[in-house]
Amino acid sequence: MKFDTPATTNPIDQLKVVGKPVDRIDGPLKTTGMAPYAYERHDVAPDQAYGHVLGAGIGKGRIAAMDTAVAKAAPGVLAVLTTLDMPRLEKGQMNTAFLFGGADIQHYHQAIAVVVAETFEQARDAAAMIQVRYVREPGRFDLAAEAPNAKLTSADSGEGSGAAHEERIGDFEAAFAQAPVTLDATYTTPDESHAMMEPHATIAAWEGDRLTVWTSNQMVAWGRRDLAKTLGIPAEKVRLDSPFVGGGFGGKLFLRADAVLAALGARTAGRPVKLALARPLMANNTTHRPATIQRIRIGAGRDGRITAIAHESLSGDLPDGQPETAVSQTKLLYAGANRLTAMRLAVLDLPEGNAMRAPGEAPGLMTLEVAMDEMAERLEMDPVEFRILNDTQEDPEHPGRRFSQRQLVRCLREGAERFGWNRRAAKPGGHREGRWLVGMGVAAGFRNNLVMASGARVRLDGGGGVTVETDMTDIGTGSYTIIAQTAAEMMGVPLEKVAVRLGDSSFPVSAGSGGQWGGNSSTAGVYAACMKLREAVAQRLGVNSAEASFVDGEVRAGNRVAPLGQAAGVDGLVAEDRIEYGDLAKRYQQSTFAGHFVEVGVDAATGETRVRRMLAVCAAGRILNPKSARSQVIGAMTMGVGAALMEELAVDKRHGFFVNHDLAGYEVPVHADIPHQDVVFLDEVDPISSPMKAKGVGELGICGVGAAVANAIHNATGVRVRDYPITLDKLLDRLPEVA
Amino acid sequence: MKPFTYERALSPAEAAASAARQPAARFIAGGTNLLDLMKLQIEVPPHLIDVNGLGLDGIEATSEGGLRIGALVRNTDLAADERVRRDYGVLARALLAGATGQLRNKATTAGNLLQRTRCPYFYDTAQPCNKRQPGSGCSAIGGITRQLAVIGASEACIATHPSDMAVAMRALDATVETVKADGVARHIPIAGFHRLPGETPHIETALEPGEFITAVTLPPPLGGQHFYRKVRDRASYAFALVSIAAVVQRDGTGRVALGGVAHRPWRVEAAEADLPRGAKPTMAAILDGARPTHDNAFKVTLAQRTLASVLAEAKG
Repeated sequence: MKFDTPATTNPIDQLKVVGKPVDRIDGPLKTTGMAPYAYERHDVAPDQAYGHVLGAGIGKGRIAAMDTAVAKAAPGVLAVLTTLDMPRLEKGQMNTAFLFGGADIQHYHQAIAVVVAETFEQARDAAAMIQVRYVREPGRFDLAAEAPNAKLTSADSGEGSGAAHEERIGDFEAAFAQAPVTLDATYTTPDESHAMMEPHATIAAWEGDRLTVWTSNQMVAWGRRDLAKTLGIPAEKVRLDSPFVGGGFGGKLFLRADAVLAALGARTAGRPVKLALARPLMANNTTHRPATIQRIRIGAGRDGRITAIAHESLSGDLPDGQPETAVSQTKLLYAGANRLTAMRLAVLDLPEGNAMRAPGEAPGLMTLEVAMDEMAERLEMDPVEFRILNDTQEDPEHPGRRFSQRQLVRCLREGAERFGWNRRAAKPGGHREGRWLVGMGVAAGFRNNLVMASGARVRLDGGGGVTVETDMTDIGTGSYTIIAQTAAEMMGVPLEKVAVRLGDSSFPVSAGSGGQWGGNSSTAGVYAACMKLREAVAQRLGVNSAEASFVDGEVRAGNRVAPLGQAAGVDGLVAEDRIEYGDLAKRYQQSTFAGHFVEVGVDAATGETRVRRMLAVCAAGRILNPKSARSQVIGAMTMGVGAALMEELAVDKRHGFFVNHDLAGYEVPVHADIPHQDVVFLDEVDPISSPMKAKGVGELGICGVGAAVANAIHNATGVRVRDYPITLDKLLDRLPEVA
Repeated sequence: MKPFTYERALSPAEAAASAARQPAARFIAGGTNLLDLMKLQIEVPPHLIDVNGLGLDGIEATSEGGLRIGALVRNTDLAADERVRRDYGVLARALLAGATGQLRNKATTAGNLLQRTRCPYFYDTAQPCNKRQPGSGCSAIGGITRQLAVIGASEACIATHPSDMAVAMRALDATVETVKADGVARHIPIAGFHRLPGETPHIETALEPGEFITAVTLPPPLGGQHFYRKVRDRASYAFALVSIAAVVQRDGTGRVALGGVAHRPWRVEAAEADLPRGAKPTMAAILDGARPTHDNAFKVTLAQRTLASVLAEAKG
């Protein structure tokens, strides 16, 4: 089905099942521990052996020699495969770092060996017996120091936020020079880790030249293609199955060493191999959100209207890597006739930087929305009003190009009203409760809405049951549930009559889970397949599909009423289709918007910041399931608090690695850090987006949160911190005297 | 994890004797720290002596009017004991500031004292560490040191001791009771129990090889107001950047011990005379001689401000 004109009324608009806050249908499986996550799939292949990955102990250099004799002789060991046993493997299309093979070390904890043994403990023990002799080479580990060598670089994050290397509209420099009120500030955001609960894990088994991997991956088709490419085998020889993913946040978008080494280990050992990356490997072996240094300049008239806005971002990555697209939202969020955005990329020898939840916008808004707060302060304007004044209903770089929907102003107004924004002390440091300096902050949330082609297969059985198959993944987001809701709505059956099977590369290729495109696009694919099935049903029953209505498990057309299952026959009825998109995304700017409001307390003595209240008002098209959407947003808000207050991969600039590579050292918020969170979705349908009229919310929820926290800290204390995370040491010297 | 042998000891003396026979053996009680370290091969004991069956899990009044806490009393039980809550509030609060409910259910009194540092370089076996591999060097010095020691460190090691409980016990002048391999019992004042790193950071306590902790005794209650203020980046489940255990009397005198700043709970008794004059002179005396790094210099300011906050609260 080609979607190239705005959606009109369709069966989804009935909203009998779609749009309802139903519990997730996979909930019982998860709460009873029965959901088959990759590492626990003991039944998929017999006689599974255990693999353990050894990571390099240097940041840059090469391996002179490896001695595996002791490891090979260790109890239970079936195979030891080292990176010296093969030339460097080809890279997958989405990979920047090489995953295995050859003597060169590109980054710390790069996989250099896999040990396969009868037990997990034996494999881990033997891996530690491998003796490695390294030749260290000097590396580039300090982003700021590499700034002079950075080059202007364009990028498409692959996750929806792209930007040209440099974009100029009007004459920024002249307008900025003339502006009576200006800000020129530099901000930094650190490297961050996805820190998902489930590590990268794979079971691999070979049958002749055919490989099956049961793994944890957000993008099944990408993973299959890149695994085949890396191993040098045809893609059709590879099956990848990823029905449950225990958190990904972008960390599992791409092929990683777990799948490659499980496959190689299984081939070497002649047994299926089960393998998970140990937690300490995850920071340095896999990918992370890259650190940025961002300069923002804003000029405005005394009336508060922005006349000049510039956002420049520097980030680093391994050779052939991409910049963090932190300037992308600045191209679209606020009005202003004179504009400049630019991205620079430095080559670093740290682990691969890549997509993490809302790549681009998440770190970009952490700075832009603080800059907006600083400008409001200089203008002596309320920060909500300042943003509203500079709202734009068209793409500021392409005047005349409209947003499909843009309700940022309503998000801010309604948020301010609900949050009690009028109780905010305009003067920073003006509100104290006992030990606590209390403040409120606001930020706009913005994330582009991407649409991706997505396929599905639906099968009707004689009992009127519907089974949906698609290689879509559920990374904790609720895909199973919204897909079931979509099929139930389309076929006129109750939710219980729908079975959903996901994540298998033998199913039709879907949008996958990334860039907050998954919910809308994958359900649109199911919509397309169901439309086809409805036609097939009508044809079988001999009725006109345009006249047929699918209600309560029946097909009704004129005077005829037939049970839906009747159309299935003995063999069932199958339909497959795929949603594909025309140029609506070019003609209209599709984005999602939020108003984030945060109240913090800052301990006046110690500088500890504790969030007291949070509210997100979101405008993101039709909300397919308010319950799972709310879960998405509160999770994202929590992640935003982590980014604001504590998350930072600490770089040892001498040796080139992230030092705090476990969950004791890399702090993310715990329950005690997260207060009451409110989420409000504005009524919105977006017919430009898809037949579902929905958009993404999973990344919108984090976009702007960090800045809202930062702005609240400023409001509480009067201290402006431009370097994340805002830990107490950055506040301490500027807090009020204590006795 | 390297293969190891395992036994269940039946008496403290037997545990000590068994350890004496196998000097590289480790006692295991809750295992909340040791097992993690074994998985990472930071600890590689060839033999474990399980002491969970020894009893030693009671809390009893001493004839001097204090409390004798069995070595195997779980952190949860100690924090919940009515006498501890009433008379040694600083200890109950310190315990509850540490770890999580699940860990406190397993962790024991003796095991808590014997926790090893959380220095990230200690945890990364690819990096040199004098504590893990004596003589290999300290990779933390000159590296990421935000969490590490500001005082009492050496050229060989700038690690901190991670315990909260021990900081409170230091303020309370607890005594560690042990039995040595030869069966001789001894009493080690908490002040001398944890060592500074010096040239031998791998030797962390005054315990001799095989020596087994049987109990920790607390002197009679001090009265006064009890505080344990733990400052950290997140609200729970994090090690202290700085913590303060304080007992403050009505006349403004009292005791102060610090966590998160040194290789052992840090207390300078002589400095406590300054307490009635306020946090600044007191902390200046406590941290006299501090040599923080660029990354952790804030701890000196933080300690002083935190003490000021505690003293302000004491005044009410």
